[in-house]
Amino acid sequence: MGKLYLSIILSFFLIITSCNRGNVNNQKRHLVNIAGSTSVMPFTEKLAEYFMVGHPEYIVNVQSGGSTAGIQACINGTVHIGMSSRELKEDEKVLNEIVICYDGIAIIVNPKNPINDLTLEQVRNIFSGKVKNWKDLGWINRRIDAVTREEGSGTRGAFEELVMHKVHIDDGIMVQDSNGSVKEVVATDPYAIGYVSLGMVDKKVKALKIDGVEPSIENIKQKKYKVVRPFLYLTKGKPEADAQVFIDFVLSKEGQGILKKEGLVPVND
Amino acid sequence: MIEQIKQREEKIRWILTFCALSSLLFLFLIFAFILIEGLPLFYKVGFSNIIFGFKWAPTKGSFGIFPMIVSSFLVTIGALVIGGPLGLGCATYLAEYAGKKRKIFLKPALELLAGIPSVVYGFLGVIYIVPFVREVFGGSGFSLLSTSVVLGIMILPTVISISYDSLMSVPRAYREGSLAMGATKWQTTWRVVIPSARSGILASFILGMGRAVGETMAVIMVAGNALKIPSSILEPLRTLTSNIALELAYASGDHRLGLFSTGVVLLIIIMILNYIANFVIRKKVIK
Repeated sequence: MGKLYLSIILSFFLIITSCNRGNVNNQKRHLVNIAGSTSVMPFTEKLAEYFMVGHPEYIVNVQSGGSTAGIQACINGTVHIGMSSRELKEDEKVLNEIVICYDGIAIIVNPKNPINDLTLEQVRNIFSGKVKNWKDLGWINRRIDAVTREEGSGTRGAFEELVMHKVHIDDGIMVQDSNGSVKEVVATDPYAIGYVSLGMVDKKVKALKIDGVEPSIENIKQKKYKVVRPFLYLTKGKPEADAQVFIDFVLSKEGQGILKKEGLVPVND
Repeated sequence: MIEQIKQREEKIRWILTFCALSSLLFLFLIFAFILIEGLPLFYKVGFSNIIFGFKWAPTKGSFGIFPMIVSSFLVTIGALVIGGPLGLGCATYLAEYAGKKRKIFLKPALELLAGIPSVVYGFLGVIYIVPFVREVFGGSGFSLLSTSVVLGIMILPTVISISYDSLMSVPRAYREGSLAMGATKWQTTWRVVIPSARSGILASFILGMGRAVGETMAVIMVAGNALKIPSSILEPLRTLTSNIALELAYASGDHRLGLFSTGVVLLIIIMILNYIANFVIRKKVIK
């Protein structure tokens, strides 16, 4: 019995001491704190992982919180780098902007849908609930099953800004909680329409031309395709030396390659 | 020697008491945290603006969850309409008609049904039930109907096991008396056994409702999650639980608090359902 107690207490000690070991890392000198947009965060985390492999003396802390929170934290100087997936407003322009890549949003339909081309206004009317039938867009007499993302999602935020222009997305429209499930719904329902990050588009769905422009990496680079948002890194004035090393890595061929593999549009190839 | 044994007994008693109290502690902590996080928004936005508000746009300052409360009840009733009669029929067969061999085969199968993770139900719902509803009835398939079917199947184990127990606890003498009076097997079952087990069956329905209200994953996958009160059984809808799970990932600030407020409402609904179920069962015991 006594032995059992002893071993339980010992294992507790082990757990507690092994937790503390994390703090030892703080002795490394170079620390980069990053916070902001939930859409940029997963990519920044990925970049940070690769970065820390090559630079073991650096620690990159990535936190989310939303673009606005990231911008505020950067202005207050609580983080080295802020992340934003929207353009800066006038009073935020004091910050130094670095575009790390672009993310196109593709409007997708089922491959069985014969429509290839919609105008931005038609898309807006579908999602605001004004146009409810495919007949109005020149197809069969069937209700449109539109799918949007959940409130708070960065992709939805960008879609509201770039496509909806302050018009509310109708409450009767279906909601899915990830790019993947939106794609799944559109891939299985012939009468569905939705939007996802361009990187998610494959043969299971068809990306529509918007105002006659195909959503492709080429067209985004030439600024022809309009439903695009920049992923920004923000610094207060010139970046600090440590932050600069990380930013340089992100803009390097390796960093941009990682972003491209994730389906984003790099700024320099 | 005896002293030592006594001591050990005492020790074990304490450990077990601690285990028993810990579950109470967890319940209390969950309660406390949900209330602490959820209540401030009720003060800030106003009770009726949340409970009876029609517009849910938490990033723009509207926190109405009335459509979701209604939707939660709709799917629950839908699940009961499908799962209730089916479950009661199955329990009646098991208790009155099935031979020993079939019982041995059926009971474990039902337990297995209860053990299947809800995401699997949701997945099968998306792959088979949603397209079926879309082809046969129209609409997008993500609808009240699909959700009711999936939930109806999910509450079967709850309904069956509790109503089976209550059917089995009907004294043998009731059946013998009825049969001796010349009633057929079905007349005995329908007129004597089921009415005697009424309160247990009712409790099984209410606990099934509790399970349906609380189900999240499968509902997110098949309900379509639109924010309106559905105007037909073929329209998509969003329940209280799926609202929390859908939006938690990106929520911050008031949006997060709004989700906790949704949790408060859900907690109250489930408490009421459990209370009613307990009340019904207790009444039967006193009888």
